Amino acid sequence: MRRPTPDTVAAVAPWAAVALVVVLGAVSMAIGVIDLGALDGPEARELILTSRLPRTAALILAGASMAVAGLIMQHLAQNRFVAPTTAGTVDAAAVGLLVATLLFTGAAVITKVAIALVFALAGTALFVLLTQRIQFKDMILVPLLGLVLAGVYRAGAEFFAFRAGLTQALDTWFNADFSGIIEGRYETLWLAGLAAAGAYLFANRFTAAGMGEAFATNIGVNYRLVMSGGLGIAALATAVVVVTVGAIPFLGLIVPNIVTLVLGDNLRRVLPVTALVGASLVLVCDIVGRVLIFPYEISMGLIVGVVGSAVFLAMVMRKGNRYATT
Amino acid sequence: MPPPDVSVDPVTQATGASRAAPAHRRLSRVTIVLTALSLVLAASVTLFLTWDVGGHWDFALPRRLEQVAALAVVGIAVAVSTVVFQTLTQNRILTPSIMGFDALYVLLATTLVFVLGSRGVAQIPDLAMFGLSTGLLVVGATLLYRWVLSDQSRGLYTLVLVGVIAGTLFSSFASFMFRVMNPNEFAVLMDELLASFNRLDTTVLGIAAVVLLAGSFAAFRMRHTLDVLSLGREKAIALGIDHRRTATRLLVIIALLVAVSTALVGPIVFLGLLVANLAYQLTRTHRHAVNLVAASLIAVAALTLGQALLEHVLDFNGTLGSIINLVGGVYFIALLVKEARS
Amino acid sequence: MITLDALTKSYGPATVVDAVSLEIADAGVTSIIGPNGAGKSTLLSLASRILGADAGGVTADGVDVLNAPSRAVATILSILRQEHHTTARITVRELVEFGRFPHSHGRLTPECRAAVAEALAYCDLTDLAERPIHQLSGGQRQRAYVAMVLAQDTHYVLLDEPLNNLDMVHATALMRLLRRLADERGKSIVLVLHDVNYASAYSDRIIAMRDGAVIQDGPPSLVIAEDALEAVYGMRFRVHELDGDRVAAYYR
Repeated sequence: MRRPTPDTVAAVAPWAAVALVVVLGAVSMAIGVIDLGALDGPEARELILTSRLPRTAALILAGASMAVAGLIMQHLAQNRFVAPTTAGTVDAAAVGLLVATLLFTGAAVITKVAIALVFALAGTALFVLLTQRIQFKDMILVPLLGLVLAGVYRAGAEFFAFRAGLTQALDTWFNADFSGIIEGRYETLWLAGLAAAGAYLFANRFTAAGMGEAFATNIGVNYRLVMSGGLGIAALATAVVVVTVGAIPFLGLIVPNIVTLVLGDNLRRVLPVTALVGASLVLVCDIVGRVLIFPYEISMGLIVGVVGSAVFLAMVMRKGNRYATT
Repeated sequence: MPPPDVSVDPVTQATGASRAAPAHRRLSRVTIVLTALSLVLAASVTLFLTWDVGGHWDFALPRRLEQVAALAVVGIAVAVSTVVFQTLTQNRILTPSIMGFDALYVLLATTLVFVLGSRGVAQIPDLAMFGLSTGLLVVGATLLYRWVLSDQSRGLYTLVLVGVIAGTLFSSFASFMFRVMNPNEFAVLMDELLASFNRLDTTVLGIAAVVLLAGSFAAFRMRHTLDVLSLGREKAIALGIDHRRTATRLLVIIALLVAVSTALVGPIVFLGLLVANLAYQLTRTHRHAVNLVAASLIAVAALTLGQALLEHVLDFNGTLGSIINLVGGVYFIALLVKEARS
Repeated sequence: MITLDALTKSYGPATVVDAVSLEIADAGVTSIIGPNGAGKSTLLSLASRILGADAGGVTADGVDVLNAPSRAVATILSILRQEHHTTARITVRELVEFGRFPHSHGRLTPECRAAVAEALAYCDLTDLAERPIHQLSGGQRQRAYVAMVLAQDTHYVLLDEPLNNLDMVHATALMRLLRRLADERGKSIVLVLHDVNYASAYSDRIIAMRDGAVIQDGPPSLVIAEDALEAVYGMRFRVHELDGDRVAAYYR
């Protein structure tokens, strides 16, 4: 058998990813406390339309958009370890959600998204400012700063959440949970999907900006505009996901890294596959969470948290080794 | 930039100012700092014990004394373990908490419950549980961190990042096991098992105090060795220190102390970083005889004062941990940025 | 006398030090030269137990350096490596006092204080004694570490590239100091040098290494020779006699 060339891999990868999402989506729809086979036609259709389909759609949208958000952020930061989780974006969005919950009790979901978006943008901007103060753009120091900054945001949130008796709620915002998703509860996620799709339109510009300011300016790309646009898209996806289902820790970090390891760094080619792989990973973790202690559930975010931090750890240890040998 | 002044003999290039700094002045600075810190500590503890008792002495005092004892044990454990760890790892950024020691303790304690089952745990006395978790941490942390720290090709930031992520991994895995164990009363179980400032776990206070005394006594006895270690591994070996054995011994002490503080109040990531660095800045000496004591005084004073202020002025408790993380996190970022720019 | 017996160190497939056996005399200055990667610094680290050897042994005055208690070894043999990075904020005097650790275990005796004062004076550091070491220039800091080794007062002193980062004023001053130590105190000094001419001017014996093995060994008159140096470095040298020293020219 001949070994597949990189071109073959690149050509096959998107279709393989699509197939994966379709299969996992079908499995996800089939699982549930109520046995679909035991219901008659209309009842089954009702269940599928109001509960199973929304949940699966929400998983795909959230997973795909967070993976894309991570991909854009690591490109723009020119650092593979930068993602919504490691740049404070997620935690800042959660602070925003807390503020929205405290100040505008009973606000519409879209208002909460808007406030969370403002905080996510501001929180990420602070991270960018901070990293600009360091001349040495250390590959490891940048995400380290981001993680500690995220910890500071979270500590601030915990402080106020405790006073308001929202500690439990705060926990759920950091650990995505799809068990409560039914028709009417997930539709904001389409906004995140839209943001991810929009990113595809500007993919070439993100690729250029990822080569550095001088490179981008030289070929006539407005660097600052692309930077702001890219971070805006990532922040929007993050804010929507945090408000609607809760953060999916490390997803935006590990998926783009795994995909670009295989397919390289051309965003236009990598972005769709990243989105599909992100959706698949989320589907798998959700299925595992539902099956493991059936009929109870383990929140998907918790499982991704364990898997994601383990993979991230392995990546950093490996990176450290690679540094040492060069 | 001006050219170097070649007319000055490099061998005797001293200024008058540096000549006049006799040893007794340094000594007196240390005396002043330690005395001042002791006074601050005494004031904080008095404040904590007597504030707003409202005549209910026989009710309030025993309870508060127990709290002070717990805070003192935690403070000393965190301070000593951090100073020792920073000397061993040769920097002022790493601390046992940042490297995930206390998250590992929580994970091990949870694993014990997982393996034994909640019924099994109920039959085992608290002391035995503490002993078992502590023993596991000593073995686990010593092996794990010997391995991580032995690879010197990794840079400092990689080490810190590894520690931070490992901490996240340990604690999410612990929550994961909680969920699997008991999906219904997940939150309740978690609350019962995990201590926090809000829920000081005083059942093991006695044994924790004993372990603390043993651990900090051992650390203090090694103060001269620690002084030499602060020169770095190679110089320490050249000066006759068996580095491997000393490092293992220190890691065991650190693990014991971390177990003590985590069992009582749970993980507090940045307390050690704050008190150790504050101590270095105040004492301005490398001597561990001084720094171990100074850091401990600062830690206990900060905890009692912080808790008193929170309870009586701001009228809520249980958030001391997040305040420490807030302040400590900002300080940590400042340290990192400063370090990266120099 | 220091005896190295078939010392070997490998990293994966690469053997950095290949079964080197040597004897170092009781007194005098011995320089180790050789191209980058020849294994000079590794050999010194192995001989001083700072790096674990894969095979072989070291004895100093009959003491098994690799297995005897580290503290006992530290009273016979001292090692100074090139990088002096420390986070400890200490003064020159405190640094030099550390040299007494193998003798006093941290509690300074009157003899210790005398030894420290003497080491400071010997290195012309008395005036800088209360300065924090991080405020010193590179040359001053290097001297402070040498003073620490002096205070340690071991018969054998091993130095790994002590001239690194020193300009010629400081380099020459340090070499003179080391020479005086050998002549006046009867110490045996072993140092890794990059500059063959410093080795030529100050050594009693020069050991040349290449690819982990010793390939030349003898007084400067033998090793600082055109053919011998070419065998070590693989390039042509011109060797001149200048004021009684053999000087190698290699710039063209």
